This record gives sequence, C-alpha cells and structure tokens, in this order.
Amino acid sequence: MGLGLILALPLSFAQNYGPKPVKIIVSAYEKIFRSIPELVILFLVFYGLPRIGFRIPAFTAFVLGFGLRSAAYQSQIFRGAIQSVSSSQMRAARSMGMSNLQGFVHVILPQASRIALPPWTNEFTIVLKDSSLAYAIGVTEMLRQGSYIIATHYEPMLIYLTVAGIYLGVTLTANKTLGYLEKKLALPGFEMREPIR
Amino acid sequence: MSEKEPLLKVVDLHKAFGKNEVLKGISFEMNKGDTKVIIGPSGTGKSTLIACINHLVAPDRGEIWLEGENTVTAKNINRIRQKIGFVFQDFGLFNHLTALKNVMIGLVKVKKMPKDKARKRAMEELDRVGLSDQAKSYPAQLSGGQKQRVGIARALAMDPKIILFDEPTSALDPELIGEVLHVMQDLAQSGMTMLVVTHEMGFARTVSNEIIFMENGVIVEQGTPEKLFKNPENKRTKEFLFKLEDLYGEGE
Repeated sequence: MGLGLILALPLSFAQNYGPKPVKIIVSAYEKIFRSIPELVILFLVFYGLPRIGFRIPAFTAFVLGFGLRSAAYQSQIFRGAIQSVSSSQMRAARSMGMSNLQGFVHVILPQASRIALPPWTNEFTIVLKDSSLAYAIGVTEMLRQGSYIIATHYEPMLIYLTVAGIYLGVTLTANKTLGYLEKKLALPGFEMREPIR
Repeated sequence: MSEKEPLLKVVDLHKAFGKNEVLKGISFEMNKGDTKVIIGPSGTGKSTLIACINHLVAPDRGEIWLEGENTVTAKNINRIRQKIGFVFQDFGLFNHLTALKNVMIGLVKVKKMPKDKARKRAMEELDRVGLSDQAKSYPAQLSGGQKQRVGIARALAMDPKIILFDEPTSALDPELIGEVLHVMQDLAQSGMTMLVVTHEMGFARTVSNEIIFMENGVIVEQGTPEKLFKNPENKRTKEFLFKLEDLYGEGE
C-alpha cells in the first residue's frame, strides 16, 4: 500500500499535468494493471522476473506485484479527486508565480487528498484483504500460518474463523482510523453537506 | 529603464481559439500609477487580453513589454508572473487555507520569505483591505465581497508592479460591490498601476484615467472618462455607454 501510494501520486500528477507522451504511457500502465487479475500479476512477477534474470524472494514479489497494481488503482482515485478540484485553483496558483509542481503540491494536493480519502480507505481495505493471495506464491501470510496450525491441530473451521476474525478486526480498525483522519482534516467548505429534505 | 518608458506596453497582440479570432491586434501602453478600465460587450476578448498579459493564456502573436522586457519571449514565466497581480472574477482563493494563509502562501512558497515575516506582511495587507479580523476564516466562511478583498490582499502582498482585475465585482451582489470598489479606489489613489476589466461605470468614470472600449477583438476607442462619456467619437462607443447608463444609472 505504501509503495502504491508513493507511485500513485506522481502518476496522477503526470496524468493530469504531464506532456502528452507521458500521459499516454501512464494511462497504458494504469489500464494494463487494472485489467489483469491480482493473482495473475503475482504469478507473472514471481515466476516471470527470474526468467529475465531477476531472482527475487516471494515476499518482494508480493510487495512489487501488489504495489504496482494498487498504484494503478490509486492513481485513478487521485486523478478523479484532482479533477474535482476547480481549475481556477491552479490558475490562481500559477498567476502568483508558482510552477505547475508547486501549484500541485501546495494547492491542488491538499484539497484533492481530502476528496480522495474515502475512496482511498476503500482501496486500502481491499489491498489489506487481498494480501491473503500471497498465499499462492508461498509467502507466509496469515492464511498460510493458519494452514500450518491446522496441519498440526486439525481444527480447520476454528482456525479459518480466527483468521477471518483477525482480518475483520484489522480492517475495522483501519477504517476507523482513516475515518477519524477524515474528520480531523475536515475544513469549512469540505465537510459533508447537510442532507436535503 | 528610462523614465519615459511605459511600465506595460502591449503591441499588436493576437489570439485565436481554434478558428475563433478573439484578439485581432491589440496595442496600448500603461505608465506607472495609471488606472485603466477596459469595457465592452461580452465575448469581445477583454478577459482573454488580461489573461494574455500574465500568460495564463498564451498569445499567438504580438509583444508584451513589462519594464522593458518582452515577456512573450522570456524564459522564466513564473518570475514575470510574480510582478503581475491577478484578481479573478471567481476570487480564486485557495479553499483549504485560511484568509491569512492565502495571503502568505505566495510569500512563503514563491518568494521564499521566512514564515514570521510573511505572516506580518500578510496581516498588514489584510488590514489594508479591512479584514484583519477575518484572518483565521476559511474562504467558505467569508462573504463574496470579503473573499474578493482577500484576493486583492493576496495580489498586493506579492509587491506587484501592476495588478490586473478580471471583472472583480461581477460575481457579487450589489450590496457587496461597494466594499470591493472602495478598496480598489484606495489602491488607485495610493499609486498602484491597475488594469481593470469591469462593467462598473461609476468606477470607470471616477477612478480611471483612461477607458479602453473593446469590441470584437479590437480597441474601438480609448480616452479619458470625460471624453468617452461626454463626447465619444465612435458610434458604437456611444451606443454601448448609453445602454450601460440606461441599465446602471448615471453612476454619479
């Protein structure tokens, strides 16, 4: 998720403000990684990279595969958020002598990230739960750990329920924390609107 | 730069959006301390013209000289924009920042001024537009007139050579227009060089030292307010001003 975020921000900047060739490359990247199933990406990274000479441990393959895929999704979240910040904000930033990058960092991003937080929370929980897919390439994640215990204790249902419970707990905590962050960052003009009767 | 040289000189400026030619060769000059008002019907290129002056819109052809430097061919456009204040019709305040931070951000991020110094300067400018008590308010908590005054304070803080106003009062209701015009009037009297696109004839008449009447991408007529209002040479100028006066009253 961290890798995804680090990659996604420059990507979304490039896609919104970059020169045309950059936009095309970024959009191709984003389309490819959003169209291939998670598990296939993992296999491609884990079994494919050694073929072209990069031997990497399963965990690194997992981080790489997930990071690249999540970056594609997150760049879309940010692209949408950036586009929903009024274009006059960038005009105003440029009019006082800021560069495109300065305008993005100091004016657009602080507003866009507030808009992006709810969908970003959603993506965060998806990645969190999808980490169980790393099972398939042999990373000892929670599910594999569970299987080991099942092999010695033979209590499959109890263990699976425990794994499910842990996932539930972690996800709820993460959501709660991000929800708190959302409230903390709320500003006049960015808050939830009063419902219309 | 010699004393005689104008602060801003626009020479034969052209701009087209696709096939639609918006500016068809605009030329005029401004000296330091001038207040000029651009008037004219909608869609005649007034806003495009001033957006071209600070290069928010890139002109196709022509020259723009600021303090003896041709800004059209200048390499670092961001450096030139620092010398040109811009006040927007829709205010353009940064919605995630307080009024004070809105005024400070350019000083800190563009001019690299230390924060405490920038804060002091920003407070002075807010005070100048009568809003020091709203320093901690966010744009969403301000009225339209207050927002526009913050916009003016933000432009002023950058120590611009000239401020461009793009219909600064058009988005305001009549009661709030006065407070913004009052600030602009004070500015003009303090010797700030101002180029204002507006429909406020009262302001044009009493504050400006020259009115430029534009239509269909060309300057139809320019001259002192007395001349244009009392004795316009061009028939179109007469018609336009007559209509405006009919609409807004005499402005006296």
